[in-house]
Amino acid sequence: MRRSVAALLRKDLRVELRTLAVLPGMVLFSISIFVLMHFALNRSSVEGDLAAGILWVALLFAALLGANRLFVADADQGGFDGFLLAPVPRSALLVAKVTTMLAFLAAVEVVAVPAFALLLLAPPLWPGLGWLVLVLALGDVGVALIVTLVAALAVRTRARDLFGPLIALPLLLPIVIGGARASSPLLSFGHVSTPAARWLAMLTLYDLILGLIAFALFDFLLEE
Amino acid sequence: MGSTPTVGKSARLQGVATIALMALSLALVFFYAPLEAEQGFLQKIFYVHVPLAIISLVAFVLAGLLAVQYLRTRDAVWDMRAWVMIDLALAFAVAALVCGSIWAKGSWGHWWVWNEPTLVSFLIVILFYAVYRPLRAAVEDRERQAAYASVYAIVGAVFVPLNFLAVRFSSAYLHPRVLGASSQLPGPMALTFLVCLAADALLFATMFRYEMSLRRLRAMVRALRRRREAARAAAALTEQRRSAA
Repeated sequence: MRRSVAALLRKDLRVELRTLAVLPGMVLFSISIFVLMHFALNRSSVEGDLAAGILWVALLFAALLGANRLFVADADQGGFDGFLLAPVPRSALLVAKVTTMLAFLAAVEVVAVPAFALLLLAPPLWPGLGWLVLVLALGDVGVALIVTLVAALAVRTRARDLFGPLIALPLLLPIVIGGARASSPLLSFGHVSTPAARWLAMLTLYDLILGLIAFALFDFLLEE
Repeated sequence: MGSTPTVGKSARLQGVATIALMALSLALVFFYAPLEAEQGFLQKIFYVHVPLAIISLVAFVLAGLLAVQYLRTRDAVWDMRAWVMIDLALAFAVAALVCGSIWAKGSWGHWWVWNEPTLVSFLIVILFYAVYRPLRAAVEDRERQAAYASVYAIVGAVFVPLNFLAVRFSSAYLHPRVLGASSQLPGPMALTFLVCLAADALLFATMFRYEMSLRRLRAMVRALRRRREAARAAAALTEQRRSAA
């Protein structure tokens, strides 16, 4: 299991490094949203709830954009068939794809969060950065699980680019609630209070449940 | 596909019983249940709104169980049941949302109140399940369509209660609710509520039964048409051969 996951992960990351088809797009997209928000809201700087909301929406949309491409090569160029012929557990593909998505999200955030602080955020980013990384990490796990499961569901339908986001957005809502509420005090002026434990607990719980569902159901999306 | 697909005597009886119970429940709402002290007549929409909401949510979760059953047995009838269940539950959910909106307008003066978690959760659940049918239509292969739809239904069944918890968590404060638990209601109100719940549940069951038999009937008609066309084609072929010979 571990070896097949590692092999799949290597394949996905190598393909991305050679083609650079997804990651730069995700980064550019999130930065474009920051610019868009500046003009749409007519604000040169934001803080608190507004800042948390813009950051999370930008990251989610970037994730949806990346998820649309996550399985396309496998579906169109025989990656699924090759995988199904190999004598390895099918959950290996789920673990590998979720990990790929997590890596993409982390890479996007490494660029997008500083860019957000530079372009829009009024209060300094440093004091709450440690907590923000934790909140983002907890949110990313859930986002990666949802978009991977939904992308696997949508990729072999007609109009797959439409169904992915449509199905994923309602499912992402608890993560937006938990993530945005937890990051809001970290992006405010004044002394940084720690995020309320209940949002962190909510994110963790949702991640766990999503992990179980994805693990239980992913196999059924692969059969042929 | 199972026994006689037409709507038989017992189904018709069930339909009549549904109409009777619905009439009884409405009579209780308007003539038996007392006026609520604070909201007065407006509160009566509660007897329509809450049962619709409860039944649609229970049905979404049940549809998930039916989908599990499909994935275990691979019998297409379970998938069809889950499909009909979700279609009806979606209709009930939309009705509950509309009632909730009317109630919000009456008691708080706004058609939409973000602080009312039930209303917001319903919108999200409706947005999620609204994609169920288009997704089915977008998958041509029958078995794959059923498998995908089942995965969808199971994810939804888990998501619905979680979503309610999350949205409830997110409201800064909760409006005082007319109903915490039906046990807090005074006797006549509780009785009326329970009768309404039973009437709506029966309505759901009856609609489910009719819709299932309708779809079975449609499938049979389609199969018969195909057979007739095949027979005609075969007859035309033999005719052609005879005239050629």
